[in-house]
Amino acid sequence: MKEEIPELMDHLFRREAGKMVSYLTKIFGLNNLALAEDVVQDTLCRAMETWKFRGLPDNPSAWLMRVARNRAIDIIRREQRFRTFTPDLTYFVKLQESLLPDGEKLAFENEIKDDQLRMMFACCSPAISADVQVTLILKTLCGFGVEEIASALLVSADTIEKRLSRAKKVFQASGALEEVESIPELQSRLQAIYDSIYLLFNEGYNGSQSEMMVREDLCYEALRLALLLCDHPAGKSPKTYALVALMSFHAARLKGRMDAEGCLILLEAQDRSLWNKELIGRGFQYLDLSAQDGEISEYHIEAGIASIHCMAETYERTNWREILKLYDLLFKVKPTPIVALNRAIAVGQAFGPEKGLIALNAIEDLEKLKDYPFYPAALGEFYRLAGRGKEAGEYFGRALELARNSSEVKFLERKLKTRNERS
Amino acid sequence: MADFMYLFWNKDGKSKMEKASPEEIQQIMKKWMGWMDALKKSGNLKDGGAPLEMTGQVVHGGKKSVTDGPYAEAKDVVGGYIIVSAKNIQEAVELSKGCPILEGDGMVEVRPVLKM
Repeated sequence: MKEEIPELMDHLFRREAGKMVSYLTKIFGLNNLALAEDVVQDTLCRAMETWKFRGLPDNPSAWLMRVARNRAIDIIRREQRFRTFTPDLTYFVKLQESLLPDGEKLAFENEIKDDQLRMMFACCSPAISADVQVTLILKTLCGFGVEEIASALLVSADTIEKRLSRAKKVFQASGALEEVESIPELQSRLQAIYDSIYLLFNEGYNGSQSEMMVREDLCYEALRLALLLCDHPAGKSPKTYALVALMSFHAARLKGRMDAEGCLILLEAQDRSLWNKELIGRGFQYLDLSAQDGEISEYHIEAGIASIHCMAETYERTNWREILKLYDLLFKVKPTPIVALNRAIAVGQAFGPEKGLIALNAIEDLEKLKDYPFYPAALGEFYRLAGRGKEAGEYFGRALELARNSSEVKFLERKLKTRNERS
Repeated sequence: MADFMYLFWNKDGKSKMEKASPEEIQQIMKKWMGWMDALKKSGNLKDGGAPLEMTGQVVHGGKKSVTDGPYAEAKDVVGGYIIVSAKNIQEAVELSKGCPILEGDGMVEVRPVLKM
């Protein structure tokens, strides 16, 4: 038995579950997704029962994959007369023959990556709605349980169950897990994947504090899936690279944005030494890659904005004029009230609180921000900086009424207290 | 010092893992590994034992008839065993209380191994 459970064990089961489900679904066909999930569950239980007595095997991932594969071979042997397995038997035969000598390990790893990618495209089928896509990705590709997904997405376990069974109904009618290259609407499907990954990341990034750990995991899972896309000819594109860059820059700041009490720390007060330099480095690396062919997507612009924050040594030294330029650009591509709000904040930072207030009041479609606490909070902030404590107090109070979770409440209560301080 | 066998009994012949998420399964395993590791480090783990399949066959009496086992109607099934060395049964019982199986509805049976 090994002395200690090594670091790599973190989330090993969850990660491997995603791989195994994808691999087995390729073997069994999408219509047998439930069977694939059963086999994975059995495999993980068997691993637990064995490893708790014998300790970890030398290569836990390979152990799991081997056991899952043998179970799959058993099942196909036993049940091929009763079930419809979509893939042809030649694949099955190949499966039995391949004992995976070392030289083939790499090929097999690539195969598994490919399977995960196919699964990603299957989850983002146009027949499945966006909220179900994200749920399905978390279940099949990220190995999250129903309760975990529920708490990560802040909906009930019941809702998650319903979403999953809706998806399985769609899959029931499907056959083999399609090869990515043969998907006819590849580009629009790819966009649906981006949307899901982006949503996943935002859920993790902007969520409440109560399930902090799970929610941070969402960010890392989103990043992992995007990196998986980058590894595949059908998935790598300037836009994919830009998405990776964007998420890397944001993820780099995860550690600095909550204090010990679970209160949100604004950018200006964050301890920048806590930011993850490796992730920032990766952000720049992918930002470079994303600039290849002149395509500029909203992810490029958002990554650009995030990169400027990451480059600034201190909040005061942030290049707000550059950020404002990028927000102007972003607003052209993505004219949403939230982008307008962020743009107005950049105006205030670049040209002073009075100008910021004018920009905030000039936002069109304000109706859409009426439940969003950070709109009145931004007004309050600029009133405070302009030395108008009374108005600042009113707006912070209004923001407080709109707060959606305890972390926001704590944050806005503190803001309210500082309404008369001018710096 | 004397030897004691711990028999790990699972309710309904299944650990309650059918609905657990991969992360939960891993957490339970981690607890077991931690507990076993502590027994080993304290010198109490005499034999790391083995896990057992939840199914098997039972051969009965003179006729040597064979049935699916462990027991046709038993709800609880032994899922594994280890051998622990302890001063006396009290200490052996105390040590068994850290077993993660007790956090579910499983149980540990502590049986002194007969001395030669």
